[in-house]
Amino acid sequence: MRLRRAGASALLIECRDGAEVEAWRREACRRRDTGELRVIDIVPGARTLLLDGVEPGAEAVVSAWSFSGGAASAHRPAPLVEIQAVFDGGDLEDVASLLGMSPSGVIARLAGTEFTVAFCGFAPGFAYMRGHGLTVPRLDAPRPRVPAGSIGLAGEYCGIYPTASPGGWRLVGRTSETLFDVRRDPPARLTPGTRVRLVAA
Amino acid sequence: MITVVRAGPLTTIQDQGRPAYAHLGVPRSGALDTGALRRANALVGNPVDAAGLETTLMGCALRFERAGRVAVTGAVAVIKVDKVPVSGVVDVPAGAVLEVGRATRGVRSYVAVAGGIEVEPVLGSRSTDTLSGLGPPRLVDGMSLPVGDASSTGHSLSIDVHDLYDLSDLELGVWLGPRDDWFEGNELFENPYTVSPMSNRVGCRLSGDALRRSRGGELPPEGVVLGAIQVPADGQPLIFLADHPTTGGYPVIGVVEDVTPLAQARPGSTVRFRALH
Repeated sequence: MRLRRAGASALLIECRDGAEVEAWRREACRRRDTGELRVIDIVPGARTLLLDGVEPGAEAVVSAWSFSGGAASAHRPAPLVEIQAVFDGGDLEDVASLLGMSPSGVIARLAGTEFTVAFCGFAPGFAYMRGHGLTVPRLDAPRPRVPAGSIGLAGEYCGIYPTASPGGWRLVGRTSETLFDVRRDPPARLTPGTRVRLVAA
Repeated sequence: MITVVRAGPLTTIQDQGRPAYAHLGVPRSGALDTGALRRANALVGNPVDAAGLETTLMGCALRFERAGRVAVTGAVAVIKVDKVPVSGVVDVPAGAVLEVGRATRGVRSYVAVAGGIEVEPVLGSRSTDTLSGLGPPRLVDGMSLPVGDASSTGHSLSIDVHDLYDLSDLELGVWLGPRDDWFEGNELFENPYTVSPMSNRVGCRLSGDALRRSRGGELPPEGVVLGAIQVPADGQPLIFLADHPTTGGYPVIGVVEDVTPLAQARPGSTVRFRALH
C-alpha cells in the first residue's frame, strides 16, 4: 500500500490488486461508520481507493491503520445480487474467437462466475465487475448507442449499461432489470463490493 | 412561479451539488462558481443550499408570475426589470420580466430568487448534471419554474455582487499529484496556458505547451477529484469542474485548489499555475 495526495482534502491509496482495493474500501467504510474517519466520498478504482473530502492530518491517520483483509470482509458479508441475463450479444462470436473459446464456453464462464463489483464509473450505476478471468480488448470504434441493459466485456471487467449510451464494450448479453433508479436507496443496484451472479434467463 | 421567456444558450438550475455518490458513478455537479451562488442566496435570505440559476455568457429572461426578490451575482452583466436597468437586490413585481444581459466580464451569472427554485430534488440535489443527465432539464423557452416560499427578507446587503479577481489572467494554486511522477520537466509551472473554447461544465480545457510523459502505458481507472488536472495523450491539460466523471483513466498531474475562478474564465484567458506546498 502506498498513499498519494490528491489535492488538499483527498488521499489516494494504491493497492496491489482489486482484492486489496476491496479490503481497504471495506475498512474505510467501517471506520467511517464508527466515526473514526471523516470523509465525504470513498471511491474505489481498478487499483486504488480514493478518500475524498478528508480532514487535514488524515494521511497520518490512514497510514497508521492496521488490519487484515480477511478480518474486514468477515465484518459483514457482501450482499449477493442475481441478475437475470440473456446471452445473445452481438459480439459474442468475436469475443469467443478472441479468447480461443466457443461461444457456449464463454457463456458457461460468465454464468458460472461469482463477480465482485470492483468500482463504478462511466455513468451512474455502471459497475465494473471482476472475477471471470477473461481479458478482452475494447471495440476499435465505440458504438454510437448501446441499449440499456446490455452486458459487455472490456479489459478485465464485465459491465452492464444502466442507461442507453455510446459504448466501446463488446456485447455478450442483456438484462431487462433496472440497475439505476434515483428513487431507490441506494440508487444503484450494483454497488462496490457487491457479489453478482448473471443467471441465464 | 417563473416563466422562462429566453433561456439563453445554457441556463441550468444549480445548488451546491450531490456529493457522496461518487462511488456509484454519480458526478458531484452543482454551481461552477459556488461562491457566487452562495452570495446570491445570502442576498435574498435563502439558505446556502437553495437552488438558483446558472447562465452561460448570454444571460436569460424570466417573467415573474408572482412578485419575487432577486439577486444576480457572478459575471458582470446588465440586469433589467421590464427594460429598466437595476442593481443590487431587486424586488420584481408580479408580471414583470427580469432580464440578465450578456456577460461583459466573466461567463456565468447566478440568479437567486427568494424561496429558491423548488424543482424536485434528485439524490438530494436540484442541480442539472450535464454529464450524466441527472437532475432537472436545462432551461428552455416557455418552461415554468416553481419558486419556494421566501423565509426571510434578506441578509447583509454589503456583500459584493461580483468577484474581484482578474478574469483574463488567472493564477491558480496547484497541489502536485497524485500522478506527477508520470511526467517529466516543469512545464506546468513554467508556461502560461490558454482557456480553450471547448471548455464546459465537465472541464476547463487548456492549450499550451504539451506536458511530457516520463512513462508510457495506460493508467487503470481511478477516482478523480474536483480540480484534478488530467493529462490525456495529447499532453494538453484538462481541469475537472463540477460535472466531471467520477473515475478517469488519464494521469492527474496535480489538483487545482480553487476551481471557482475557472467558472468565469472566458475562452482565450491566460492560466498560470503556482505550486502549493
